[in-house]
Amino acid sequence: MSVDQATVRRIAHLARIKVSDEDVPHLQEELNAILNFVEELASVDVDGVEPMTSVMPMPMKKRRDEVTEGSIAKDIVANAPASEDHFFVVPKVVE
Amino acid sequence: MNTHAKPSKLIKGATGDFEVVIGMEIHAQVTSRSKLFSGASTVFGNEPNANVSLVDAAMPGMLPVINEECVAQAIRTGLGLEAQINLRSVFDRKNYFYPDLPQGYQISQYKSPIVGEGVVIVDVSPTEQIEVGIERLHLEQDAGKSLHDQSATESFVDLNRSGVALMEIVSKPDMRSSDEARAYVTKLRTILRYIGSCDGNMEQGSLRADVNVSVRRPGEPLGTRCEIKNVNSIRFIAQAIEVEARRQIGIIEDGGKIDQETRLFDPVRGETRSMRSKEEAHDYRYFPDPDLLPLEFDQDYVDALKAELPELPDAKKARFIKDYGLPAYDAGVLVADKETADYYEAAVKFGGASRDAKLVANWISGDVAAYANTQGLSVAQTHIRPGQIAGIVDLIADGTISGKIAKDVLAIIIAEDKDRVSGSLSAIEGSDTAAMSGSVSDPRAIVEARGMKQVTDTGAIAAAVDAIIAANPDKVAQAQAKPSMLGWFVGQVMKETGGKANPQAVNELLKSKLGI
Repeated sequence: MSVDQATVRRIAHLARIKVSDEDVPHLQEELNAILNFVEELASVDVDGVEPMTSVMPMPMKKRRDEVTEGSIAKDIVANAPASEDHFFVVPKVVE
Repeated sequence: MNTHAKPSKLIKGATGDFEVVIGMEIHAQVTSRSKLFSGASTVFGNEPNANVSLVDAAMPGMLPVINEECVAQAIRTGLGLEAQINLRSVFDRKNYFYPDLPQGYQISQYKSPIVGEGVVIVDVSPTEQIEVGIERLHLEQDAGKSLHDQSATESFVDLNRSGVALMEIVSKPDMRSSDEARAYVTKLRTILRYIGSCDGNMEQGSLRADVNVSVRRPGEPLGTRCEIKNVNSIRFIAQAIEVEARRQIGIIEDGGKIDQETRLFDPVRGETRSMRSKEEAHDYRYFPDPDLLPLEFDQDYVDALKAELPELPDAKKARFIKDYGLPAYDAGVLVADKETADYYEAAVKFGGASRDAKLVANWISGDVAAYANTQGLSVAQTHIRPGQIAGIVDLIADGTISGKIAKDVLAIIIAEDKDRVSGSLSAIEGSDTAAMSGSVSDPRAIVEARGMKQVTDTGAIAAAVDAIIAANPDKVAQAQAKPSMLGWFVGQVMKETGGKANPQAVNELLKSKLGI
């Protein structure tokens, strides 16, 4: 499996990463190197093997339906580049 | 799926008939105290970002832990939809960028949802019932809310809703008209409210619909569909379907083809328009969320939840038909709202007596519902107590008052109790005391105190009849020639007796005295 330059541009856009034209060829090479490396896994026969989701055979932990957190709006927006009245403020996004 | 086009549902185009095919994805907010994967509150309308934990804000290193009540609510809902419950399901990440999604992905269920196929029985009209298949139900996180009207150049983001549990309920493309779609959402909302897994409040966004619409000529394979996003009222769902079907038919008849795309319904302009921005983001790159183990539970757990489910609308309707002899339509109207159904039963069984169940239904679905509508309330929220309706029905049954006087009695109850009964008495299901408590007036006492008793004493009625006949010899002659004149005499006698004469007795006396 390998990616072409158009795919590189597309995933960069989906990830909202700005990539200049001169960066595309070497990013393509790097991504293809990673894909080739991972490709080796395809040689393992996994027929009938369940995907492993955890190394520990344990059931998922569940929480009770209680309010135990919140009311820290000031802290939540503390790292935001811009905020007002405890809202995050971002460049306008409109449909 | 309905394979045969029903002629009555077809839309006429310029070049022939078209069938509209509708499927829906309903996002129902799960009723729970805290969020799906965090301990922050789900209460609506709090200060911005007050209901946000470090998990909801996607701070680095925070891990999601699932709320067991949200899981139970999804299972209960699945049971209410007669659906397969999957004892093992998996959470996936749905990746996209938007300012109100701090994680950069939504935790959802893609390949292995918690609930599989089911079915909803929908009454479209008094005479038409359809089945709408359920494809799946899965649990997912809601996103935050962006406000765009605070500033010309900026959007304000509130994450209070971010991470609240949603059930996405996906139907099969089984609906063939806006009426069917409207009836389906209404029924689904009724089921959710009975179960208590979603409050169904569309104004607050607890229930939102994405509507898939395509058209085809009858008998043809499915056409290309468009998805109308986030329609937030049942009325708008119906309107959006109508205008979108018309738009697609217009394109096809002009020789064009439909592009599969996401569209937005604009109720002010009465049109749908393309949301192009959503298109290229459609590659969600789902993969299993490595932060969460598979969601597993056993059949005993499901059975225990099933045992605690309340009686659901279809079962209640069947019981009303069987136990109270109600026509299916009347029963359907009563059970559409659980509190109304409870109110009805409290009235029918009030005081441990048995009374005309159909008459009680008529009063509740008729006069009481009409009054409730004018007040913007549900039947159970009005100050009219079930015991008062029982009292009125009993007074009619034992001949104390006529149906017409009964309406006056209700009017008195409406006018005079209103200020005395504060708010709604929610405990209708409980004792008779709750059904007619404290400060409400007893219909029988109203009738006694105001002399509204029907005159069944034939002597008194006969006197009135004789007086009218004696005073109107010309009308008597007319009535003998034309028996339909009898109505005029009935009216005069009723007037003479202040409306209290038993109409049946009046009729009989008049007929015999006039010899018709």
